[in-house]
Formats: sequence, structure tokens, C-alpha cells
Amino acid sequence: MIEMSSKLILITPEILLFIGAVIVAVLGLSTHRRIRNAVPWTTVGFLVAAIVATQVVYDGSKTVTDADLLFPNLGLYLKVMVGVIAIGLVLLGIGMVDRRYEDAVRDGRTGFDPLRVVRGEYHAFLLLSIAGTMLVANANDLIWLFLAIELSSLPTYVMVALGRGTRRNKEAAIKYFFLGAMSSATFLYGFALLYGATGTLSLTGMQAVFATQAAGDGIPLFGLIGMVFAFVGLCFKITAVPMHFYAPDVYQGAPTPVTGFISFMPKVAGFTAIIMLCAAVGWSGHHIIDNAGVKVPTEGLPRPVHATLWVIAVLTMILGNIGALLQTSIKRLLAYSSISHSGYLLVGVIAGTAEGIDAVFFYLVTYGVATVAVFGVLSGLQRHGREVETLDDLSGLWKRHPGMAFVLALSAFSMLGLPPLLGFWGKLDIVIAGISAGETPLVVIMMATSAVSAYYYLHLAGLPVIRKPDARTEGVEVGPSPWPRIAGMVFGIGILILPFGARKLMEQAEASTASSWLEPAETTLNTEEARPVDQTTEIPRA
Amino acid sequence: MQLWILLLLPLVTCIGVGFGGERNARAIALGGSLATLAWAVVLAMQFPHWQAEQWLYWPAPEANAFPVLPGLGVALELGVDSVSLLLVLLNVFLMPCCVLGSWVAIKERRREFYIWLLVLSTCVMGVFVARDVISFYTFFEASLVPGFFMLAIYGGPDRREASFKFFIYTFVGSLFMLLGLAYVAWQHAQQTGDWSFAISDLTTFAPTLSAGEQGWILLALLAGLAVKVPLFPLHTWLPLAHNQAPTAGSVNFAAVILKLGLYGLYVFVLPMVPEAVVTWGPTIAILAVIGIVYAALICWVQTDVKKLIAYSSVSHMGFAVLGLLALNPLGLQGSVFYMLSHGFATGGLFLCIGMMYERYHTKDLREVGGLAFKMPVWSFFFIVLVFASVGLPGLNGFVSEFLCLIGTFTAVPGAQTGYPGVLGPWFAAVAATGMILGAMYLLYMTGKLCFGPLREPADHHEHEELPKDLSLREIAAVAPIALVCLVFGIMPWPILHAVEPVAEEVLKPYPALVERHFEKMDAAAKVSLLTDITLEGSR
Repeated sequence: MIEMSSKLILITPEILLFIGAVIVAVLGLSTHRRIRNAVPWTTVGFLVAAIVATQVVYDGSKTVTDADLLFPNLGLYLKVMVGVIAIGLVLLGIGMVDRRYEDAVRDGRTGFDPLRVVRGEYHAFLLLSIAGTMLVANANDLIWLFLAIELSSLPTYVMVALGRGTRRNKEAAIKYFFLGAMSSATFLYGFALLYGATGTLSLTGMQAVFATQAAGDGIPLFGLIGMVFAFVGLCFKITAVPMHFYAPDVYQGAPTPVTGFISFMPKVAGFTAIIMLCAAVGWSGHHIIDNAGVKVPTEGLPRPVHATLWVIAVLTMILGNIGALLQTSIKRLLAYSSISHSGYLLVGVIAGTAEGIDAVFFYLVTYGVATVAVFGVLSGLQRHGREVETLDDLSGLWKRHPGMAFVLALSAFSMLGLPPLLGFWGKLDIVIAGISAGETPLVVIMMATSAVSAYYYLHLAGLPVIRKPDARTEGVEVGPSPWPRIAGMVFGIGILILPFGARKLMEQAEASTASSWLEPAETTLNTEEARPVDQTTEIPRA
Repeated sequence: MQLWILLLLPLVTCIGVGFGGERNARAIALGGSLATLAWAVVLAMQFPHWQAEQWLYWPAPEANAFPVLPGLGVALELGVDSVSLLLVLLNVFLMPCCVLGSWVAIKERRREFYIWLLVLSTCVMGVFVARDVISFYTFFEASLVPGFFMLAIYGGPDRREASFKFFIYTFVGSLFMLLGLAYVAWQHAQQTGDWSFAISDLTTFAPTLSAGEQGWILLALLAGLAVKVPLFPLHTWLPLAHNQAPTAGSVNFAAVILKLGLYGLYVFVLPMVPEAVVTWGPTIAILAVIGIVYAALICWVQTDVKKLIAYSSVSHMGFAVLGLLALNPLGLQGSVFYMLSHGFATGGLFLCIGMMYERYHTKDLREVGGLAFKMPVWSFFFIVLVFASVGLPGLNGFVSEFLCLIGTFTAVPGAQTGYPGVLGPWFAAVAATGMILGAMYLLYMTGKLCFGPLREPADHHEHEELPKDLSLREIAAVAPIALVCLVFGIMPWPILHAVEPVAEEVLKPYPALVERHFEKMDAAAKVSLLTDITLEGSR
């Protein structure tokens, strides 16, 4: 009973978002235009409320320690980060109500575009997905983990499908849904095997069992197989090889604000889940038994898990970066870039220990900020009333909309990891974590592949400035709604100024993963220290 | 604080240029760059270590470190020693010249142009004054962005390819440099328990690593720095970039950006990985010598003046690398002096070529020539700068080339100077042919361009804004450079004296290491000799 209530307190932010989802869904049905226009702002309001609630909840350290979590403080960091970046993602889709367009959508004559039509369900699903992502941080057993991940992805299937109308969009929706269902089945199967191997669903319990097994004869084979299945399934959420094939098509087919959303939110959920599973099996204390039957201690994750993740990371980095080289469509390019970022993040996961995980959570922020900025620009532009498609459409953007070109260049360079922009610090953190964990070959591959990425990011950043406007770009103008542009600008400025707050952010990432088992030497770290002092103003809010 | 102002002055000027309107952009940029120059001169006068007996930084490092990520030991730290201050002076000295040189050449998107120019020189200065690895790397990488845009927007017909090549070459290389530096920092953290990225900490720590590790670190650092120098197989971006860039861009690339690579060799490679330098020094030196001769031969057959000068940079920087690798104070002084004198001479040459190009819209030796009669003032400056570049005694090029070669020549085991080295007369001899070739191709170019019958492109007509010969503005751009070449040629002592303590400090561990290297090689030779004999015997 006590446990139940403390759990409920912990998920207050999610509960708020649920209520919000119901309310905006109802508000969206209103016939009054003014009320419907208020829907996105209600969404933003509930997100702000969730952020505030997070801080209130995590202020009482007692509830946090009661909850029996692998990372007791993770929720604070993750929920605030997700909330703030989600506000940016909501802004990407705030449009003006266009009656004629709305009628056309209702009659099925054209596809849904969140920038022109306000629909309650779009924002409701958005809130539900965010709630799911936040719930992952609180997962303490496999069932919760599975449900939370599903909650974060199921609404995104609908969001992609909302833009029905074009052929490409239908293709995207179908692909996304079926492949997503397949991936869910895969990792659910993995979870089942894990349960079989350990006899418990609780993550902390699993951690204890795995630790005993590792100290003894080693983790049983089907536990490891379960782990591998779970990772492969989760690769869909983080767009990593071998589940990355959907990304280019889906990213291209979805409405731009939705693309922005699905390139960030499922990734956060997926990486949090992967880190939790890795934490359950532990980054140390494993061994292999050599031919002579002697136990040889190994570094890092258990060998098979390590090898799987290693191969996934390397292939993801290589395929993502090579694939992006060939693209002319901006959204496809960004899809491949998102794939390659997953590869870099996996380096942090493989490196493991406190440093590696901190690096992953910090990198997610840098990636999220750049994502909102770049999609802010893309959603803010239109060409003859449609989305901008190819890199050529951006030629000469500098001349007509210098601010947008500037933000685009900033975010591209930040994703490239050019100092002193935000992305550089994220990459540096991962590199250092990787080297510290002795994963130098992996880091070398990461460097080599991100060197390749210079080519396409340079196109993205450079073409709008270098090329002169031509006949094709005549029709490119800013969209009817200023909010995507504003979101892009605010997060673009964030790329510039957040490096000054990088220290605070990294400290918070560190505090969020502080847990007794991770670093035995630092068990004395009390909750007062573990709790970051300044929790609010790191990411500029729109 | 003084150094922060130095970095901020051009940036503040950028804001002025941005809001000052298209017409006033160049005037504001000129004012800002003159102010930066003035401030740098003030700093140089305040700099207390010109006459120092030791190698000292100013201001003292702990005085102005600004912690960024204390957990990782990342702190912003600025400071200069005499070498970096000299390079800063080179940069700020050329800045007004660049602005004057592009006064009428840049007709559209003027504001942007001057903003990129000013940002570029800020980044370059940042590299020279950075005292920690992260800010060094930050400025090193950040300098690519303005360089890229200057090249890509204002460059010649092949600007697209040139700019992408320029950016990607350097970016790829420097990622590995970052990796190497991060590895050193990690080892430092492993063994001392503290993360630190301060150059002073890492350079005192890194030599304790094993020879094998040092070799890998050297490779990683070279990946980033050799592209910039540029060393022989990695030089292919340079002719394209220098040729396609607008005048101010070429001047900046040749005079300052190339120095980033050499400066990196001086500040990281020499102090950090001495054992690897001793082991691999001859290999790198061979690449440098190949570069010297190969680029000189290419120059000989060039018909495009700008490309010729670009290739001559490849050839000339080889001498500076040799000087560094000679591992004796003479060579190092010569190398530092080479950085300065090449900056002035080649920068000036690019300015002159730019002035000619504005009048004739061609850089082809076959189309234009015999200008001495039509443009005597231009020819005068051009010839002075060519002589400076060739290394005519009395001008700066001579001093630097001579010192580098003497340094290389005396870098033999058991040298009388107390600084045994791993190079030797052979390297000097082959490199010296580069000097001769240099004289040949540069004088050949001068002969064609300045003397003989006047040749002008068929469709040539007088430029409406420009007089037949140089205007006062153009003289103001190029005359100071020529003057400096002369002054440095006659009185190199102040600079050589200022560099001497630094050179001695940097090279302190080397004599012992070189001795040990040769002992090891002797021992190995004996062992192989012995095995040969025993093999013979057993047969």
C-alpha cells in the first residue's frame, strides 16, 4: 500500500499529462475557433505543469529512495529535459486555423498539416507519447518498462498517419506501424527470456540475480539471448541498425513537425530502456571461461552483449553517415543523421559506468536542442504552400531569411560537433567516456564516421548561404505561423549559449545517474549532493 | 584580461560592420583591425619576457583560467609566450592590409565578407593565445567556418570544390588530433587522479608515456597538423584553396592559417612526444624534403601565378618543418622566423597578385607580362617581395632559410653544439636544391610578369575605379609588408633573442633522448651483426 502511493506520487507529472491529453482532445472538438486555437497552448501549459510537478515530487528525497529504482534520481533530469524539449516540439506544430483547409481535410481531399489545422487528437497523442517517455524513467520492472515504451511509441504511429493524403505519407504510416509492432514483439520476447533467466521481473531484483550469476558460473545463455533480443527490438526506437530501414521513408513521409517529434522522443525512451537493461546486467564483474576452464575477468558488459552492441554501434555509425551522403531530400538526410547519432550514443552506452551514461544523457540534450532548431526552420518554411523538400529549395535562404539560415547553420554545425557549439561538448563527453572505458577502437571509428558527416552537414549549413536564390527557390517563403520559427530561433540561440551552462547540465546528468551500485566507492554520495541545485533554467523555454 | 580584449576587439567590430550598413562596412572593418593592431602592439610592449632567460608565459596561467567543466578539468585559459605573441602580431599586422587589399575587389555582400574576415582572424589569434587543449581545438576548428564561407561565397570558379576540400580535409584530420589529445588527458587522469586539459599539464605528463604510445599520439596529432602545415601527401587541398580564395582569403590562408599547423607542431608535438619525435623525425623530415622538391618542381611548370605562389608555400613550409625537427635551437629559431617571414612575404605576394588581377582579370603568365613599364610601383613591391621569398640576403627570407638549413645540417649525432640530432647533411643538401629551384621558378615568374615586352589580355580596358599603377590605398596595403621584410632581414636579432629561451626550454630533453636513441640503434646493429656472425659460423 505504501509502495503504491509512493509510486503514484512519483508519476504525478505523467498523470498531469494524461489529464492534459483528455482535456485537449475534448477542446479540439469545439466549434469555436478561439477555443481550438487555445489547444496547443493548453498542451504547453500542461507540459509546464508537468515540469514543475517533477521538481516538486523529486524535492522530497524520501519518495525517491523508496521507489526501488535502478536510477533513483534519473526521473528529475529526464522528465525536465523531455518536458522542455517537448515544449519546443509542440511549438513546431502550432498553426493558425485555416477554415478552408480544415474543410478539405475533413472531406478527405487533402492531408493533415498541424500547421494549418488544429486537431485535438494530435496534441493529445503528443502528450501521451511524452508521458510514456517520462514513465520509462520510473520503470522498476520489465512490465512497466514495456508498457512505458509502448505508450511512448503507439501515439507516434497515429501522429505519422494523421498526415494522410499523400501516397508517401500512407507508405510511411504503414511502414512505421508494422515495423514498430514487429520490434515490440522482438523486445517483448527478449523480456520473456530475461524473466526466464532470472525468475524476477523487477529490475533491481534482476540486477541482484545477474550479479550472483556473474560471480558464479556466469549469466545463463538464454539470459544473454534475451538481452540481445531486447536490444535488437529497442533498436527500432533509437533508429539503429538493423531496425533503421524505416527511418528515411517515415521521416520523409510524416509532416515535418511530427518528424521532429519522432526523431527525438522515441530515441530518449529507447536509450533510457537500453541503459536500464545494461544496468541490470552491469558493466563490471563479468568473466569468460577459457579453454582451460579458468575464469578470465573481462571488462565492461558480458561478452555477447558487448559484442552485439559493439557491432550495432559500428554498423549504425557507418550506415547512417554513408547513407546521408547520398541524400538530396532534407528530411531523408536528417533521418540518416539521426541514425548516425544513435551510433554515437551507443558508444556511450557501451562505455558504460557512470561517465558513459552521463555522457549519453547529456548528448541527448544536445541532440534534442539541435533537432528542435533544425525542424523549427523546416517547419517554418514552405514552398508554394507545401513543405520544403530538397536541399536545393534552401538555396539563397540567407538572402531572404538570414535568421533562418543562421539557425540552420548553427544546428548543422552543432550536430557535426564543431566547437564551441553545444554538440561539440556532447561528443567530447562521449569520446572521453569511451577512451576511459578502454574502447579506443570504437572511438576511432566514431571519429572517422563523424568526419564523413562533415560533408553532408556542410551542405546543409553551407548551401543556404553560398548559393544564390534561383527560380526554384522563388516560392520558398515563411509559413503562416510564426511559432515554429520562434522555436527554431530560441533553440538555435540555445545552441550558442548553452555551452556556457554545459557544466550545470553535465552535473545534473551526473547527479541523475548517481546510484549506490554504480560506483561502490562513492556510496557516501548523499541525496543532498545528488540533487542538483538549480533545476530549472538551463534550457531556454519558448 | 588583456588577451580577452584582443580576442573581443575584432568581434565587436563585427557587430559594428553588421549594423553599419553595406557602404561603411570596409571603413569600419579597417578601423576595427587598426584598433586590434594598436592593442596588440600595446600588449607586445607590456609583454615582460622578450628578454627573458627562461621560457615564460604571460599572464601567469593561474591568473586567468576560467573553469568551464571543472569535473573534466576543462578550463579556458589564455596566455602567450614570445613565439605565440609574435604570431599574433603577424596576424593583426596583416589584417588591415587584407581589408585594404579587398577594398574594391569585394562588390557584393560586403558586410558578410568583412565579418568572416574578422571572425577568421579572431579564431586564428585564439589558437595562438590558447593555453589549454580544448580552447586550442575550439579555435582551430572554428577557424574553418569563416574560411569555408569566405572561400565558398567569394572565391573563383572552382570555389565549391575548393571550400569543401578545405573544410573536410582539416576537419577530418583534426578529429584524430582531438582523439590523441583526449587520450593523453585520460592517461593523465589515470595516473594523477585529476582531469586536466591545460597544455602545460599535458606537456609535462605526456613524455612519461611509453615509446609505443607516444608513436600513436604522434600519428594522431600529425593527422590534424600535417594537413594544415601542409606536409607532402596531405597538401592537395592547399593549391586549390589558395588559388580560388579571394585576395584577402589567400593572404590569410597563406600567411596565418598555415602557421596553425606549424604552431601546433611546436606547442604539442615537440614537448609532448619527444621519444616518438626522435624515432620518427627522419621519416617526417623525408616527407618535408619530398614536399620541398616536389612542390618546387610543380611551381616551375605553373602558368597560373596564384597557383604558383600557392605551391611555393608547400615548398617553403617544408623548410620550417625541417627546422623544427632539427631539434637544436638554431633550427627552431629558424623555423619560428620562417613562420613570420613566410607570412609576410607570401601574404604580400598574394596582395600584389590580387592588385594585378583586379586590373587584368587574369592570373595567367601567358596572357599578361612586362608590367614594369606600365606599373613601376607595383613591380617594385612585387620584386621586393619575391626576393624576400627567394631568400636574398638582406631580406627576411634569407635569415630563416639559412637558419633552418644550418640547423638541419648540424643535426647529426655527436654534434659540437651540444644538440645532437637525427637529420644531417643529406637532408640539408636535398632541401637546399629546393632553395635553388625556388630561386629559379620565382625569378622566372618575375621575369615574365615584370619584364619583357608589355603583354595585356586582348579584351583589356582600363578599370574605371583603379589608376593604371597602384593607388595610395594599395601602396598603404603592401608597403608596410615590404618594409617589415627589409627590417627583419637586416635586424633579425630581437626576434631570434626572444625565441632563444623558448627554444632551449622546449628542446631540453632532446639531447639525452637522441643519444639514447643512437645507443639503442648501435646496440641493435651490434646484435644483428652478432647474429650474422653466428649464423655464418653455424653454417
